[in-house]
Amino acid sequence: MDQQKKLVVGWFSFTCSEDSTILFTELLNDHLDEWKKVVEFRYLKALKSKNEIAGLDVAFIEGAVSSDTQAEEVKKIRGHAKYVVAVGACACTGMPSASRNEFVSDEVNQKIAYYLHHFDYSQKVKKLDEVIKVDDQVPGCPMTVSIFLEILTKYLKLFNISPDA
Amino acid sequence: MHNRQITIDNITKIEGSAGLKVTVEEGVVTDLKFIIKDYRRFYTEAVKGKPLIAVPSFLSRICGTCSVAHLFAALEALEKSQEIKVTEQTKLLRRLSYDGLIIRDHALHLYFFVLPDILGIDSILDIPDDPGNIGYTLLHDSFDIKKAGTEITNVIIGAAIHAPLPTIGGFLKLPDPSLFPQLISKLEAIRPQVLRGIKTFSQWPQSLMRNSDYLCLRNDRQFDFLEGQIINSSGKRVPEEKFHDFLKSVVIPYSQAEGYVFSDSHEDYLVGALARINFNKDLLHPQTKMDCQTYLQTFPSNNIYHNNLAQAIEILQCVDDALDILKTIRINQEGPVRKSFQAGIGVGVVEAPRGILYHKAVVGEKGLIEDYDVIVPTAQNQINIESDLKKYFNENLDKDEQTLRLDAEKIIRAYDPCMSCATNFLKIDWIRK
Repeated sequence: MDQQKKLVVGWFSFTCSEDSTILFTELLNDHLDEWKKVVEFRYLKALKSKNEIAGLDVAFIEGAVSSDTQAEEVKKIRGHAKYVVAVGACACTGMPSASRNEFVSDEVNQKIAYYLHHFDYSQKVKKLDEVIKVDDQVPGCPMTVSIFLEILTKYLKLFNISPDA
Repeated sequence: MHNRQITIDNITKIEGSAGLKVTVEEGVVTDLKFIIKDYRRFYTEAVKGKPLIAVPSFLSRICGTCSVAHLFAALEALEKSQEIKVTEQTKLLRRLSYDGLIIRDHALHLYFFVLPDILGIDSILDIPDDPGNIGYTLLHDSFDIKKAGTEITNVIIGAAIHAPLPTIGGFLKLPDPSLFPQLISKLEAIRPQVLRGIKTFSQWPQSLMRNSDYLCLRNDRQFDFLEGQIINSSGKRVPEEKFHDFLKSVVIPYSQAEGYVFSDSHEDYLVGALARINFNKDLLHPQTKMDCQTYLQTFPSNNIYHNNLAQAIEILQCVDDALDILKTIRINQEGPVRKSFQAGIGVGVVEAPRGILYHKAVVGEKGLIEDYDVIVPTAQNQINIESDLKKYFNENLDKDEQTLRLDAEKIIRAYDPCMSCATNFLKIDWIRK
């Protein structure tokens, strides 16, 4: 018997509190059994060690982009995903992870300079659509659950995947 | 013995991003780096100049999973800075909601991150859809346990993550007591499931013993995550406001977070559930003590894997404590305690799920933040994690690389580290490692 195609999903976190990831793990309390039938979680570092980014239908990306290295990583994800969804306030707006963009005091900027130079921080923290094309957004801090569920349903329909099949 | 390097770029099934690099030369570990990779968000700088009323909600954004711990530590620090004393009802409702946090947070760690190691699989996603399989049973137990914890926080403080109702001096809105009976039913229903979890984690034979120091809060009256003095293995007792004086910040050049040493007899120290159960098991709820009698004989323990068992016991403690509060509390309609702004300094120390969490606020006379400091448990555990890993690798280099990698991840995971927490701050008094 042919197995139904599953929606191939990746879940990625960059600079943030990972509150949307935690909320996602809460959603699994009620949805894991149902989602396992229709979703293949190909990249989900929070829950598995064997992860791949090739061939993603949808990449959900949480967090802001703090460095050139992170920018390269999100570009790589974009290259492997048919659709990209920004999840949570830091990915959608940059804030509050982009707070350092607002620092105007020379004293503060001198203090943080050690970290910015010692590690590979970029000049400014960026929201996701400043780095790559974003197809959908789930706003909120943490993400708004109803919007996340709507978007997941939208992509299941787009790929002709029925929970009842 | 040949030379080799073992690198784990991304440790999985933890909160945040961390890696490990081990260098072995002539059969000896010559270098080991546990690398916290999350980028700093400099929140303790970002709060400067903000009105104090806005700070707890902002700082709860330090962490997704233990946002309530940051929220309550910030509230305590700011209330002390303003000499605000909250009511007994506020204390009790905070304690109740904290029980909810610990239940959910520990269950996430134990069942979603650690359980696959016990079952010998990669992920909860690999657990078969077979109700006869023990993995299936435990996973579905975890759904009920996590939901019960979350529902406590939803009812008492408005949400499990970035809760909107707690404020300086009390609560913006008080909980609806008509919802308490359903919380009681759910907590009573999960109790046998929690006990099944404790048995499972007690039977895991993994062991890594090392003699480090342990630190936690102790309130001599009850098992407490929110009040007490900091104690250690030598019997030292440090008031919350003096805790920082006993710590030395250590810059770890390859890590985005500082480590800490405690000025005492040991070279490193551990914070978290293992420390709490080691020192405070005599204070556990009588029902918890009775049902965990056998398991409690394991403590005090120097085995880091027993941090998992200690967390499982703490879930039961919080279930029993929450049941007591829900069955006895009577809600008086009261608003938050308010005072005119004053200049002041306040320290708030709580036991976050993974250990001691310190907030210090310096507030100006107009109620604006002049300085802020945060010390989180994962940063404190960083040096201890490295010491444990060095011991493990030096004693097990004959094992194949896959086993070494898997075991290293299990050891790190046992600490329940949270990298998001560890990288928000700016420290300036450094000792270079």
